[in-house]
Amino acid sequence: MIRTEGLCKYFASNGKEVRAVDGLDLEVNRGEVFGFLGPNGAGKTTTVRMLACLIAPSAGRAWVDGLEVGQDNLAIQARVGILTEAPGLYERLSARANLELFAELYNVNDVKGQVEKYLRLLDLWDRRDTDAGTFSKGMKQKLAIARALLHEPSVLFLDEPTAALDPEAAKTVRDFIATLRGQGRTIFLCTHNLDEAERLCDRIGVFRQRLIAVDTPDALRRQLFGRQTVVHLAPPEGTADVEALVAAVRNLPFVQHVTTLRPENAAEDNYRLVISLDDPARRNPIIVQMLVGHGAQVRFVNELRHSLEDVYLSLLRSNTA
Amino acid sequence: MRQFRALVRKEWADMLRNKLVFYVVIFVPLLMLAIPVAMLFVMRQVPPNEQDLAELGRMLQNPIFAGMNAVEAMQAIMASNMLVLFLMMPLMVPVTIAAYSIVGEKMTRSLEPLLATPITTTRLLLAKGFAAAAPGIAMTWICYALFLVAARFLSASERVFAVFVDPMWLVAMFVLAPLTTVLAVMVGVIVSSRVNDPRAAEQLGALVLIPLMALFIGAMAGFIMLNSTTFWISSGLVAVADIGLIYLGTALFQRETILTRWK
Repeated sequence: MIRTEGLCKYFASNGKEVRAVDGLDLEVNRGEVFGFLGPNGAGKTTTVRMLACLIAPSAGRAWVDGLEVGQDNLAIQARVGILTEAPGLYERLSARANLELFAELYNVNDVKGQVEKYLRLLDLWDRRDTDAGTFSKGMKQKLAIARALLHEPSVLFLDEPTAALDPEAAKTVRDFIATLRGQGRTIFLCTHNLDEAERLCDRIGVFRQRLIAVDTPDALRRQLFGRQTVVHLAPPEGTADVEALVAAVRNLPFVQHVTTLRPENAAEDNYRLVISLDDPARRNPIIVQMLVGHGAQVRFVNELRHSLEDVYLSLLRSNTA
Repeated sequence: MRQFRALVRKEWADMLRNKLVFYVVIFVPLLMLAIPVAMLFVMRQVPPNEQDLAELGRMLQNPIFAGMNAVEAMQAIMASNMLVLFLMMPLMVPVTIAAYSIVGEKMTRSLEPLLATPITTTRLLLAKGFAAAAPGIAMTWICYALFLVAARFLSASERVFAVFVDPMWLVAMFVLAPLTTVLAVMVGVIVSSRVNDPRAAEQLGALVLIPLMALFIGAMAGFIMLNSTTFWISSGLVAVADIGLIYLGTALFQRETILTRWK
């Protein structure tokens, strides 16, 4: 649905060439919600602008819905919807007038029907004749999303859809994006809200001028951190010394690494063993059996799940290194 | 055509909601109209003397004033010189609107969603230009109609009134004025797409008034003889310039620069 090959964008700045996007190779599938993650200034917006035919690539090629960027720009623009960083509404016009204008610009057949559909879907129908300038940030963002969807685009670019929104408004917008999943639309979501990406995206790409990694969040976790089991132990008594337990676990042939985490405060007395291993479902019972055999009291066992933030920061750090 | 109509409607709706612009579009031409009407009235009340006529000099040689007495000639000449005001009338506000049209959208950040729609640059600029020019032209024609009504009562004779519906005036009002407005507005739109500050756009756009001011002063001073031939020739030149400016505007409209360089 979206494909890029060596896509580049260079800008001249103070006589120097700045590479905003440098050789992006990417493939986003039809119906997929793809999270495009990266720090500020990484080139996310520039990428979206190239794919939405707002600016021309400096090098490389890109296809959107089978059409090549630079060759079929108007046809691509008719098939994509874009939510820009700022809502960019006509603030002196009503919500309805804003949408009707864009429905006409996108050559929508049933202008009134589509406008009503999206105003209702986004809970703006009751405020349809109110000037957009009087709307809250959340309402403006919803109106901008409605504007991007009016012509039923097959590809939707969302550039920081919840940035600068309060938590409640952000949740409303996020929930609406979630409802768009499964409608066959490809959604290209630029964000640095990792929680949002985790909840909404099928796959993510971590990007800083170049694509650092791309996969599902879980696959990236596994690639970076492997699988880890945490065993919570009661404070050792008598013969069960923690160091001896760790040594015993480490001696198991399938264990790759063991770390001991001692109680962090007085209220907590659990000792935790963080064990890296290949197949927790099969290996955990063996570990527990062995620990109990060595006199340890096992309180809990769970899998350590790294946050997407850990994945993201780890990828960016490795890229910087 | 559908996109063109929609954009024009939007521009006008936006203009109507902006009370200041709306009132300026209405009242500036009306204020300008007051000048030739007042002149007709004064010329009728205060008959010219020999010295006044002598000062009109070669202007009296214009065939359209042939056979007129002193009062008639004075009224017709002075009011005809005001014709240039009618040519300036449709430019004053549209130039400002046009100058703000692109840079204003950039400032309010509505330009990017607009440029993301499947609209060609030519269509976008034509719609913006038409939306800026049409109200000024319409208001000028209304003012011309009001002027004719006033002239009907204030003209010293039928011969004087006939001057104001002479081909020179008709060409000026219905051919040259719209074409000049299109020229001014296209200059305004081009300037608006090349600068990143609305104030700079307005100031540069207003420069288009300078040639008309020169024409006005030249006519008042008697250096320039206004007649229908002059206006037909001018209209032809302006029409060519209009077409050139539409092409130039499209060529100079750099979407990428506007989106990425302007802050």
